Amino acid sequence: MEPQTIPVPTPFEKKLQAASLCPLVSRDIVTLQINAGKRCSLLCKHCHVEAGPGRTEEMSRATLEKCLAIAAGQSITTVDITGGSPEMNPHIEWFLDAAAKLGKRLIVRSNLVILLDKEYEQFVDVYVRNRVELAASLPHWKAEKCDRQRGQGSFDKIVAVIRILNGQGYGREGSGLVLDLVHNPMGSFLPGPQAALEQEYKAELATVHGITFNKLFCLTNNPVGRFREHLAAKGSYEEYMAALERAFNPLAAENVMCRTTLSVGWDGSIYDCDFNQMLGLRVDHGAPNHIEEFDLEALRQRRIVVDDHCYACTAGQGSSCQGAVGKASGVRG
Amino acid sequence: MAHQYYESADLADFPNIEEFARDQGKAFFEYYGSSTGAGKLSEREKSLIALAVAHTEHCPYCIDAYTTKCLSLGLTSDEMMEAVHVGASMVAGAVLAHATQMRKIIRKNEM
Ligand code: SF4
Ligand code: SF4
Repeated sequence: MEPQTIPVPTPFEKKLQAASLCPLVSRDIVTLQINAGKRCSLLCKHCHVEAGPGRTEEMSRATLEKCLAIAAGQSITTVDITGGSPEMNPHIEWFLDAAAKLGKRLIVRSNLVILLDKEYEQFVDVYVRNRVELAASLPHWKAEKCDRQRGQGSFDKIVAVIRILNGQGYGREGSGLVLDLVHNPMGSFLPGPQAALEQEYKAELATVHGITFNKLFCLTNNPVGRFREHLAAKGSYEEYMAALERAFNPLAAENVMCRTTLSVGWDGSIYDCDFNQMLGLRVDHGAPNHIEEFDLEALRQRRIVVDDHCYACTAGQGSSCQGAVGKASGVRG
Repeated sequence: MAHQYYESADLADFPNIEEFARDQGKAFFEYYGSSTGAGKLSEREKSLIALAVAHTEHCPYCIDAYTTKCLSLGLTSDEMMEAVHVGASMVAGAVLAHATQMRKIIRKNEM
């Protein structure tokens, strides 16, 4: 029997053209996303950054200072810090104290597990005093599922840290201390509806573990980094891409996060988003691609560098660092 | 390329079954959407029912679509397998219930 041929996806730019969205251009720079480094205390299967304990790349104090100056800019309302484990960057405590003074929304994407480590536990206080919003990946509300992706024992540790954070007011309505969780599918399929999954997470985590959080964000697995390797190993890359293309939603495409975000890599290189950063696709089309040449006007009107991995942002309800961006269009079972 | 009666790529063609009978197709999709979407029962519960029925009806397309949907909704493999057993035991029960006919006839006709 001959193998079945699965069509290669339509080039993403063509899809944008058909939706009258080509070229995709920035609307403004509202969020400055900073990758503090690739070192991480975990080694998750789905990590698109390919972070881990063995990585050494980290943002220098000088680069962080430059980011701070950029973050002070008027249009920027949100400073979003990712990694690796941001906590493992030796300058990050200083940065958070300084960035909090700007009076902007300050988000740290933490794996939480690291906060049980004696060396890093003081970050709970750092986060509280700077009213940092925390966003943490928890792929599932069941331990065995979560551990399969994030490593043995990670679920129990995350739950233990959430308990500590809840004790400080995090994830409690009305406290103003925000703890959001991030869900991503445990394989090569799209996430379910964000609202339904949030209900499931909230009910199970509250009744079984006695912990609370604010919002759940659903992310579609982007076919880059370790997840791409996983797809290749299973021979399901083409099939996954075809599923993403079938679920292309023009409304989600119109609202992709890169239209309002700028992503700075650990070495000061500028990207349209974290995924482009992973792929080494720096900002292009005439806009400066390093913070040393930062030019707000040029960057806020820049044309975005897209490729087929962008289908992950435009499938179904859409996917961004803040979860779904629009209603799914006609997805049928 | 060797063609088979069932090809997984054909699942993508499901939205086009409206072809040749638009009105009925449209009516079907409206009905399908409203009966499988969340109502008094959650989408999760309905997806598990659909998964079990997909198996009892031996529909490879529905098995494919609802396995993926159940995974998307965070259902675990043991929950999904339990649903399939509900379907299997219902079918087994329905088959066995029909043996009532057989037993009645045996009793009537045997000396
Ligand atoms: S997904 Fe996050 S926590 Fe896991 S290895 Fe990557 S950076 Fe670390
Ligand atoms: S992958 Fe990056 S560049 Fe592509 S659509 Fe998503 S956010 Fe934009």
